[in-house]
Amino acid sequence: MSAVSALRRTFRPGAESLEIGIMALLLVVSFAFFALMAPGFLSAVNVRSMAVQLPELGLLSLAMLVPIISGGLNLAVTFTANIAGLTTAWLVQNALGDAGVIGIIAGIGAGLAVGSAAGLLIGVIVARVGAHPILVSLGAMIFLQGLGEFLTRGGGISGMPAGFQWLGSGSLIGIPVPMLIFLLSAGGLAYFMQFTRTGFSIHMIGSNLRATEYSGIDVRRVLIVLYTLSGLLAAIAGMVMLARFNSVRVGHGESYLLITVLACFLAGANPFGGFGRVLPLVLGLMSLQVIASGMNLMGASQHLATAVWGAFLIVVMTLRMPFLKRS
Amino acid sequence: MDDIALRAERVSKVFGQSRVLDDVSFELRRGEVLCLAGENGCGKSTLIKILNGVYTPEAGATFSFGNADAVSRITPHDARALGIHVIWQDLALFPHLSVAENIVFDDYVASPFRPLSRRAARHQAREVIERLGVPLDPDTRVEDLSIARRQLVAICRVLRAGARIVFMDEPTASLTRNEVQTLLEITRSLSAQGISIVFVSHRLSEVLAVCQRVTVLRNGTLVGTYSTEGMTQTRLSQLMTGRELTLTPRQAACTGEPVLELRNLSRTGEFEEVSLTLHRGEILGLTGLLGAGRTELAHVLFGMNRPTGGELLKNGKPLTLRSNRDAIRNGIAYVSEDRLHLGLVQNQSINMNTAVTVLDELEKPRGFLSPRRLRELTARWIQRLGTKVSDAELAVSSLSGGNQQRIVLAKWLATQPDVLILDCPTVGVDVGAKAGIFEIIRQLADEGMSIILISDEAGEIWMNSDRVVVLKAGRISRELTPNATTEASLEEIINA
Repeated sequence: MSAVSALRRTFRPGAESLEIGIMALLLVVSFAFFALMAPGFLSAVNVRSMAVQLPELGLLSLAMLVPIISGGLNLAVTFTANIAGLTTAWLVQNALGDAGVIGIIAGIGAGLAVGSAAGLLIGVIVARVGAHPILVSLGAMIFLQGLGEFLTRGGGISGMPAGFQWLGSGSLIGIPVPMLIFLLSAGGLAYFMQFTRTGFSIHMIGSNLRATEYSGIDVRRVLIVLYTLSGLLAAIAGMVMLARFNSVRVGHGESYLLITVLACFLAGANPFGGFGRVLPLVLGLMSLQVIASGMNLMGASQHLATAVWGAFLIVVMTLRMPFLKRS
Repeated sequence: MDDIALRAERVSKVFGQSRVLDDVSFELRRGEVLCLAGENGCGKSTLIKILNGVYTPEAGATFSFGNADAVSRITPHDARALGIHVIWQDLALFPHLSVAENIVFDDYVASPFRPLSRRAARHQAREVIERLGVPLDPDTRVEDLSIARRQLVAICRVLRAGARIVFMDEPTASLTRNEVQTLLEITRSLSAQGISIVFVSHRLSEVLAVCQRVTVLRNGTLVGTYSTEGMTQTRLSQLMTGRELTLTPRQAACTGEPVLELRNLSRTGEFEEVSLTLHRGEILGLTGLLGAGRTELAHVLFGMNRPTGGELLKNGKPLTLRSNRDAIRNGIAYVSEDRLHLGLVQNQSINMNTAVTVLDELEKPRGFLSPRRLRELTARWIQRLGTKVSDAELAVSSLSGGNQQRIVLAKWLATQPDVLILDCPTVGVDVGAKAGIFEIIRQLADEGMSIILISDEAGEIWMNSDRVVVLKAGRISRELTPNATTEASLEEIINA
């Protein structure tokens, strides 16, 4: 009884359940299509490879979703991921190499801290100066890119210990570790946005910062926390990328940047802030991955898959419009 | 004078299940100023949209204009041809264009590729501006103008487009008293030029001052059309609501101990050396013209701005407010005059708007904001304040002005304040709902809450305050008790 009503509350009627419905439908349709059309789509190898590929874009999209709900944007997510990965790689190879698992954990901790610090920097400037997040994060993006290229002289770092590579290629209870990290992060973020004061305030700020401030919310603190969180999620993406490719360099995953924005809007996040949910985003990302993998199996070019992604955003938006207007 | 500009008969409109207009007749004489009055949802806007050609009425309606043949509906094209124009509350101007470009805009609607001559536009605009006799510079960008000036631009624009019949939707809602006077004079001069004007306003005193007749709608039906001669505000609000609104002046309660004391409080450029004491259970009316420092003082008391001099005492102890969070912690709540932008987060749900001030209390245990408790809190306040809400998950913008204001009150009462500052709490709230809001406010004071009531409506202040302080140019100019004065003399004092 209470479980039913709890479910009903989670999937509230109106716009939010609509988004979940659209994304679930999109996933089912694309999955069914490629299951029928693409040879070997349902094979264990393909399913596993989808589950390994999705988390990078997925984690970066989560890092983008939080600022979007707050009415902003974090253009620095990909370079934050790179800088975090570089930090971890350098420390594990040079300073912590002999410390074994402890060294790896410390290296990851340092990488996550650096990513969070990059987010913190953006948050503090947005909150204190009041500049638009697009400008601030654009500045931070270029700054991190330049800094990273300067420090690495344009090269990369590769060759991580086997223990670290497990994060990219291992499995736990049958689920690839990157997927597990992504699902845990998504679950944690969904909880944070839905069931904490700060998550609540992020939605309010996204719709009207001044009215939220007048209601006694410390909007500066909320802004700082949310960009730090965005930086942390980007850093987690950086760890997964480092583990999967066993190397990291500045610019790695750069092309994901606008795709993360696309994924958020595809999942119904409001471009003007205030609205957006994690579950539709996860479902939407899964559809994008299904399309990319399915087309790949059918022998289509990867670039064509990208074109299809863009077309999907336009189609879904067009279909969504009459519903939004009605409500 | 009995020359009819527009006559509409048997006008009905059905939306889905509900009949929002039922067999309404409407008559507008040439050159008259007519008020269309009624509470929110009475069908005013629907009627205007039918007369303007936006909506199609149900079959059976007839419309006639002077000596032309009657028609069964007005198309948008007819409305243009007949010079029927509506100035909506949001004015629908182009903020980035100049005054002149806005005024001549309609010339270009029919021929969009006609090149715009700025010189001609300026010349044509100046003609209209001079005809209206208003202080507008054709070259200013509209976004740089005050709301009052923008309104003048909107009026010039419909004049340029050859308006014969102008509907004005809540034209005075965001104007200061002087600006309202100017607007009323312009309205009169337009009517003297033979233009018929339909005025929609919640401010009954203005309605009675400027209109010759008033047409009252209630729940989609016509109550009647009356001459404003001999009409009183009380009678008019009775016609609009269908209820006797028995609000009597508040009997000054015996005042309790001091709760909030202002000693020579100043903020440079806003107000100077304001000293007053707010007692327990007291409603202190704070009035004065817009710009007299009322809202500025409230902002300092709510911790949004720092005072530059003087001190503030709460329950006898000095109080320094670094932010509005400090003020809230110290039991001070502030209902902003700007409900649209500051009072509520319009796009978010009723639930979230009610709970936003008490998230700390709702997040127990730490790290778990219980949706159940949040909903219970809203439900409790909705019930306690008699708010009409169908679904608290809907955006707060879906509510009427009066119900929105109840949500604002709820979110502040949830913080259990002992000082409640109400800045123009009835702006954009219709007559029936106003009375309901004041009932709540009076009851709160009776329960011991100290209330500062800011308003420029003399009637409201006179009716509901125990004591009235009048601000003028940032200083206290008068302090009086409503018992010792009349509404009319208070009005004079405010405007003096």
